[in-house]
Amino acid sequence: MIRLAGPAVDGLSAVLLVTLAAVLAAVLLFAAGERYGARFHGLMLLFAAAMAVTVTATDLLMLLMGWEVMGAMSYALIAYVWPDADRVRSAGVAFLTTRAADMGLYAAAGFALAGAGSLRLDALARADGPWRDLVAAGIVVSALGKSAQLPFSFWLARAMAGPSPVSALLHSATMVAAGAYLLMRVHPLLAATGWAEALVSWAGAATALVLGAVALAQRDLKQLLAASTCSQIGFMVLGAGAGSVSGGTAQLVAHAAVKSLLFLCAGAWLSALGTERLDGLRGAARRHRVAGAAFGAGALALAGVPPLSLWVTKDAVLAGLPAGLLAVGLAASVLSAAYAAKALFAVFRPAEGAAVRVPVLGQVPLVVLAVASGVLGVLGLPAVAGAWNRMLGAPDGGGADARLLVLSGALAVVAVAAVGAARRVPAPAWAAEWLYLERAAVAVVVRPAFAAARALARFDDRIVDGAVRGVARGGRRAAGLTGRRAEIRVDGAVSAIGRAARGLGALARYPQTGQVHVYFAQAAVVLAVLVAVALLAG
Amino acid sequence: MLTVAIFLPAAAAVALPAVPRRAVPWTWIAVALAEVALVTWMWVSHGTGAGTSYETSTRWIPSVGAGYHVGVDGLSLPLLALTAVLFAACAVYSLRQARRPRAFAVLFLFLETVCLGLFAALDLLLFFVFFDLSIVGMYFVILLWGHGDRSRSALKFFLYTFLGSLVLLLGFIGLYLGADPNTFDMVELTRDPPLHGGPAGLTLLAVGIGLGIKTPVVPFHTWLPPAHTDAPAAGSAILAGVMLKMGAYGFVRIAMPMLPDAWRRYALVVLIVGLVGVLYGALVALAQDDVKRLVAYTSVNHMGYVVLALGAAGYASGDAAARRLAVTGAVTQMVSHGLITGALFLLCGVLYDRAGSYGLGRFGGIAGRAPAFAGLTAVAAFASLGLPGLSGFIAEFQIFAGTIGSGTAAAAVAGALAITGILITAALFLRVLHRAVLGPPGELTGRVTDVRRPELAALLPLLLLSLLIGVAPRGLLDTIEPLSAAVTALVGR
Repeated sequence: MIRLAGPAVDGLSAVLLVTLAAVLAAVLLFAAGERYGARFHGLMLLFAAAMAVTVTATDLLMLLMGWEVMGAMSYALIAYVWPDADRVRSAGVAFLTTRAADMGLYAAAGFALAGAGSLRLDALARADGPWRDLVAAGIVVSALGKSAQLPFSFWLARAMAGPSPVSALLHSATMVAAGAYLLMRVHPLLAATGWAEALVSWAGAATALVLGAVALAQRDLKQLLAASTCSQIGFMVLGAGAGSVSGGTAQLVAHAAVKSLLFLCAGAWLSALGTERLDGLRGAARRHRVAGAAFGAGALALAGVPPLSLWVTKDAVLAGLPAGLLAVGLAASVLSAAYAAKALFAVFRPAEGAAVRVPVLGQVPLVVLAVASGVLGVLGLPAVAGAWNRMLGAPDGGGADARLLVLSGALAVVAVAAVGAARRVPAPAWAAEWLYLERAAVAVVVRPAFAAARALARFDDRIVDGAVRGVARGGRRAAGLTGRRAEIRVDGAVSAIGRAARGLGALARYPQTGQVHVYFAQAAVVLAVLVAVALLAG
Repeated sequence: MLTVAIFLPAAAAVALPAVPRRAVPWTWIAVALAEVALVTWMWVSHGTGAGTSYETSTRWIPSVGAGYHVGVDGLSLPLLALTAVLFAACAVYSLRQARRPRAFAVLFLFLETVCLGLFAALDLLLFFVFFDLSIVGMYFVILLWGHGDRSRSALKFFLYTFLGSLVLLLGFIGLYLGADPNTFDMVELTRDPPLHGGPAGLTLLAVGIGLGIKTPVVPFHTWLPPAHTDAPAAGSAILAGVMLKMGAYGFVRIAMPMLPDAWRRYALVVLIVGLVGVLYGALVALAQDDVKRLVAYTSVNHMGYVVLALGAAGYASGDAAARRLAVTGAVTQMVSHGLITGALFLLCGVLYDRAGSYGLGRFGGIAGRAPAFAGLTAVAAFASLGLPGLSGFIAEFQIFAGTIGSGTAAAAVAGALAITGILITAALFLRVLHRAVLGPPGELTGRVTDVRRPELAALLPLLLLSLLIGVAPRGLLDTIEPLSAAVTALVGR
C-alpha cells in the first residue's frame, strides 16, 4: 500500500516556488499583450502547477506525477499551433525524449521500494546495497533528460517550436529547471553512492562546455538561446554534483530571470518582425528602447559580465571545484560570454528597418526581469550568502571566491570584446547541428524500434495468426478428408450390411410361398433333419 | 439483492419485445442506469472491509456438487461497477442505433447479466456457464451488427475463445476431481487447495491457457484484432472493457488462490508471458495503420501489465507489501483499462460512423472540424499512455513499483524492462494524434463532424471516472487492498 506523503516546503522548494510564481506572472503578463486563448492559459497554468507539485513533493510518487504532467503539458504547449505538422512533430520529439528519460524515475521508484521500503526522498540515501546505486542511476538519467543535458540536449532545440512565452517559461523556471532541482534535492543520495557525484558533475560540465559551443554556432536567436539554456543548466547540474547546492540554486534563480527575459524579447521581435534569424534581427534592439535595453542587460548578464547576476552565481558554483572541473567550467564561461556577445552584437548592429511595437503590458515584465537579471548576483555576496546558505540548509562558507571572480569577470569581458572585434564567429557544422544528437537518436533508437515494430507486426500476421489459420485450415481439410474417404468407407460398410440383410431377406422370402403343401414338405424336411440329428447325437 | 442485480437485465431483455418501439432505447438506458445504482449501493454497503458480502448459496446441480453460489468482495465489486458503467455508456451511445435496435438491446441486456454473473460467481461451474454464454452473446453482436469481414471475424472469435473455454473446463474438472469431497465451490476450493505437484501443474496449464486466451496473452491473442476491427463500437467497448477482464479476473479469483504452489513454481513463466505481452503488444500496435487494430493491440499491452504483476505476486520470497501493491495495481489496471479502452473504442466508433474508415493515414487535422472529439481523443490517449492524474498511471505505477519492489532479481529485471512499454505506448498514441487529430487536414477529414450529444454523454463519464481514479484513487484502492492482501497470503501458503 502506498500513501502519498503530502507536499512540504523547505528552503530549496521555497526558492523554486517563488521563482516559478514570479516568472509565470511575468510571462503571462507579457502574453496578455499577444492575445492567446483559453487553451493557452489553461495549459500554462497546469504546466506551472505541475512544476509546483514537482518541487514540493516529498516522495517519488508525487514527484513523478508532477514531473510527467509537466512533460505532457510541455507537449501540448509546444504543439500549440497544431495545424502545423512540423511543430507537432517537434512537440512529439520533445515529449518522447523526456519520457524516455523519465523511465528512469519509474524504475527508481521500484528500486527504492525494494531497497528502502519507502518512496520518501529523504529515505533514498539509506537504501541498501545495489538498490541504492540503481535508484541513483534512475534518478540521474531522468534528471539529465528533463534538464536537456548530454546526451538528451536535442529535445530543447525542438521545444523552440512553441510560442515564445512558452519558451520563456519552459527554459527558466519549469521543465529544464526541474532536473537540476531534483539533483540538488537528492544530493545526499548522490553522495552516498560514491560514483554519482562525479558522474553528475562531469555531465553538467561537459554539457556546459559542448552546448556552449553549439550555442555559439547557431544562426537563429531562439536556437542560440536554447543551446545556452542547456549550457547554463549544465552549471547547475555541476553544482548539484559537486555539492554546491547554494551556488546551483542561485544560478537557477538568476538564470530564470535572464533567460525568461531574453525569450520574451525574442518573442516581441518575432511577432513584430516575423523572424528569429540573427541576420534578420540586425538592429532590432535599436528600434524599441525598452526591449532593446532589457535584452542588452539580459545578454550581458548571460555573458557573465561583472557586476551582473550570472557572473557571481556561476562563480559560486565553480568555487572550490577540483582543477579539472574548474578548467572545463571556466572554458564554458568563456563560451557563454562569446555566444551572448554574438546575440548582443547581432541585434545592436545599426540597420534600417520597420519600427518594433511592444504593448505597454508587455514592457512591464521586461523591465522587472531586466532589473532582476542585474541584481540577483547579490545572492553570492558574502553578506547575503550566509542567510542564503542557511535557508537552503547548505554548509556555511562557499560563496564566490574573490580571485575566481576577478578571473572570470576579466575572461568574460575579453571574450565579449573579442567577439565584437571579430567579424565572424566560427560555426562548425557539428555544433550548428547540435552534435547530430537527434539524428543519432533516430538512427540508434527510433528507426530500429519502428523496424522491430513492423517486423513483429508481420510476424504476428503471418506466423502467429498464420499458425491459428493453419490449425483452422487443417481442421477443415481433415473434415474434408473424412468426408470424402472415411465417410465413404464407413457409409459403404453400412450400405453393405444393408445390402446383405436385404439379400438374406430375399433368401428368407423364398420358402414363404403361402401354399400349404410347400409348408408341409418343409416341415417334413425339418422333422427328418431333427430325427437325423437325434440319431447322430444319440 | 445481488441476484436481482445480476438478473434484472435479463428480465428486462425478456420483457423488451413487449415494449413499444420508440421506448426501447430509453428502457435499455433506464435498466442500465438502475444497474449502476444497484452496484453502487452494494459497493457502498460493502465498504472497504475484507470478506464477502451479499453471499447467496442454493443447490443447483447437486449431483456434481455445483451450486448457485454468488457473492461480492473487493475484487468483484470494482469489476461489477465497471461492467455496469460500461454497459450504461454503451446504452447511451447506442441511442441512435438504426439497425434492429430492439434485438441489439436484448442482446446487450443479456450480455450484461452474463458479465455481472461471471464477476459474482463463487462456483466454478456457474463461472464457466457465464464464461461460455458471454462468448455466444458476443458472437452474435459481431455477426449481426459488425462490419467488414464480420462473419469470418465472428467465427474466429467464437471458435478460438470457445476452444479456450473447453480447455478451461478441463482445468475446472481437474480441480473438481482433486477436491475431497468433489466440489466446484470456489470458497471451499480456496480454503483447501486440492492439488499439489504434477497434477496441479497440469491443471494450472489448462486453466492458464483457458483464461489466457480470453485475457489475451501472447501468443493466444490473434482472435482479438479482427474481432475488434469488425465489431460495432459498443461491442468492441464491451469486449475489450469487460470481457477481457474475465481472463485476468479468473487468474486472481481461481488460478492464484486454488493452485498456489503451482502458481509459485511457474511464477517466472507468468512473469515472462506478461513481459512479452507488454512489449510485443506495444510494438505491434506501433506498426498498425488501422486505428481500431491499434487500440486492440494496446489491450494486449495493457493486459500484459496485469499478467506481469500477478507473476511477480507469485514470488513468495519477495517483499509481501510490494507483492500486495502489485496485485492491487493489477486489479486497478483492469478497471482503468476498461474505462479508457472503452472510451477509445467508442471514439473509434464515432470516426467510423462519420467517415467509414479506420485508416490513420486518411485523416488529419480533425481537431479543426471536431474540437470536442479531438479533446476527448487526446485525453483518452494520454490516459492510455499512463499520464498521471488519470487512472492508467495509478495502475501502472503500482504494477511497476510492486513488481520491481518485490525485490527478487527476476521480478525486478522484468519490471524494469516492462517500463519500456510506457515509452512505446506514448510513441504510438502520439503517432495517432499526429496523423489523425493534429496537423493539416487529410482525405476524409471533411466528413468528420463533432461528437453528438448521446456520444458525448457516453464518453464523458468514462473519462471523468478515469480522472477521478487518477486524482483520488483511495476509495478504489481501499476496496481492493484487503483482497490483494488475501490473495497474496493465499498464494504464499
